[in-house]
Amino acid sequence: MLDTLTQPKRDVVPSVFQEQYIKAFNWMLLARTVEEKLASLWRAGKIAGGVYLGKGQEAVSAAIGTRLKSGDIFGPLIRDQAGRLAFGESLIDIFRVHFGSRTGLSRGRDGNVHRGKPREGCHAMISHLGSLISVVAGALMARRFKGDNSAIGATTIGDGGTSTGAFHEAINMAAVEKLPLVVIVVNNQYAYSTPNSRQFACNNLVDRAIGYGVEGYTMDGTDLGDCLEVVAHATDRARSGHGPQMVVGSCLRLSGHGEHDDAFYVDKSLFQTTLGRDCLRVAESYLRERKWADEALLETWRKTAKQHVEEAVARAQREPLADPSDETWCPYATPRIAEALLVR
Amino acid sequence: MTITYLEAIREAQEKALRDDPRVYIYGQDVATFGGSFKATKNLAKEFPGRILDAPISEDAMVGSAIGAAIEGMRPIVEMQFADFSTVALNQIVNQAATLYWRTQVCCPITIRLPSGGNPGSGPFHSQNLESLYAHFPGLVVMTPATVEDAYTMLREAVDIDDPVIFCEHKYLYNRLKADALPESGLPCDKARVARSGRDLTIVAYSAMVHEALAAAEQLRKEDIEVEIVDLRCVKPLDLDTVLASVARTARLLCVGESWPWGGVNSEVIASVVTHGFHLLDAPPQRINSKDTPVPFHVNLWGAHKPSSQLIAAAARQLYKW
Repeated sequence: MLDTLTQPKRDVVPSVFQEQYIKAFNWMLLARTVEEKLASLWRAGKIAGGVYLGKGQEAVSAAIGTRLKSGDIFGPLIRDQAGRLAFGESLIDIFRVHFGSRTGLSRGRDGNVHRGKPREGCHAMISHLGSLISVVAGALMARRFKGDNSAIGATTIGDGGTSTGAFHEAINMAAVEKLPLVVIVVNNQYAYSTPNSRQFACNNLVDRAIGYGVEGYTMDGTDLGDCLEVVAHATDRARSGHGPQMVVGSCLRLSGHGEHDDAFYVDKSLFQTTLGRDCLRVAESYLRERKWADEALLETWRKTAKQHVEEAVARAQREPLADPSDETWCPYATPRIAEALLVR
Repeated sequence: MTITYLEAIREAQEKALRDDPRVYIYGQDVATFGGSFKATKNLAKEFPGRILDAPISEDAMVGSAIGAAIEGMRPIVEMQFADFSTVALNQIVNQAATLYWRTQVCCPITIRLPSGGNPGSGPFHSQNLESLYAHFPGLVVMTPATVEDAYTMLREAVDIDDPVIFCEHKYLYNRLKADALPESGLPCDKARVARSGRDLTIVAYSAMVHEALAAAEQLRKEDIEVEIVDLRCVKPLDLDTVLASVARTARLLCVGESWPWGGVNSEVIASVVTHGFHLLDAPPQRINSKDTPVPFHVNLWGAHKPSSQLIAAAARQLYKW
């Protein structure tokens, strides 16, 4: 559902839409498969620290991941496994970081969702919510300085993250600079255990868009088709010089905050509403309904995803873990500074 | 021709902008207005599009600089006052300082902090935050005391690949003058012996170097010869130069304008005691500002921070110990 601020284009060729839908669905499926494996490894004590899942949010995340192009900038948050994969994350990197492998992106220095390849446009989030938005905005400022006006940036944030000062500062700044930034707000109803009613008092989070002077839309986060359409519109608007875009997708977090959390506090009646639908099941029904996939094809896709995930896990589990003896213990990049500090 | 400490900061930025297309300046009122202290005066005219006024959003200013640095830029962020940098504390200490450690992507940003007190500035326009930032791994913290260092160290800050907190002292802005700017200076990880003397070592940095020098002049009349080590940069901290001086004098007094608890003075003394206990003939002493917020009225403010008289008195006692 597009908001009234701008009119939708609705000019997607049906065959193109089908192709996009199937592609995005497969990223959703792969993300779900990855996360089921992560949860199982966590329960088996194979992963230290936490495991955080994006169950129920794959449609929103896959939509943004598939709409970004190579050369764009992405700032994924904790429930963006689908978007990360669609933007090019390799399966092995996911498991290496979760295990704390020596060969992993952060070599055991940070884990789980705190991973990325910033130089390749995929930023590595810190835990402080809202703080990644201005980083993505700054990356876009750099592109503008360098004369690259083709790239856009996108980042996601939860309902709870919209309450931070960092969120406000960053969106206001991006609006002042008219940056091609797409901010996807995933309202999954709970920030850890805190419901919307204790988080904000506006009618809908998209109401904030007009206050910032940015274009805002809402979408059904459980409906991949709606997500693809709205996100496509927002990314196109950003790409064509219309400044920051805010998209609010509504859904329900279908897991705990992390795997340590049984989410007893979630209002069970929400599962009976549209919000509580599992976007993956909704997309499967749609695929069957449109005859884009039958059960046999879906099963093939599931098996393929599982096979790829299990291969990545098997490989990552054989690799050496972080080792204090080959850690540099130096957070400085400048050799002279590093040396001066290590002498001590 | 004379040039002030403030002009040196402006010149260093001009040179950086001229030499390196990756450099830009982002901060409140830095463009047309030239900055609240005029440290970016006329730069917007000279470098159109590269000096950008920011909204009052310190968090977003630093966050965006980090994003730009990841993309290869060399941003300089001007905080209007050092005191306001704590609004951006999260971006500085959690995002910028950890980036290289987490991702092996460096974060070459320079954050300029107009620091220290001026008469009448009060609790929120007078702070010295070098100890706070030095606490966090991943940050370089520079505290230049001279016009020459303000110039060469700011250029170095822009050049190095790590995030730099550049603490420039407001009290020195227009009071300190030099004849000319040097082409190059000591690297930031080297301290400097600002005055040689045999009887005791005073370790100081930023504006306190000048209070220490004034104290040393008073003490010279009493035949006490003070050696002064100007740290220049509090992180990394050049312990070699400090220890070499203590080896000559056997007495150590540390002077800093920031608060006492867990600060630069504490770190210097702890390091000297750990590595040079055998060199000492007396217990090391320290003088900081009083452990209260910085007061507004000049009478209180003057008594809040270390003065040359206070330093001289402490030095006399230490000399006699």
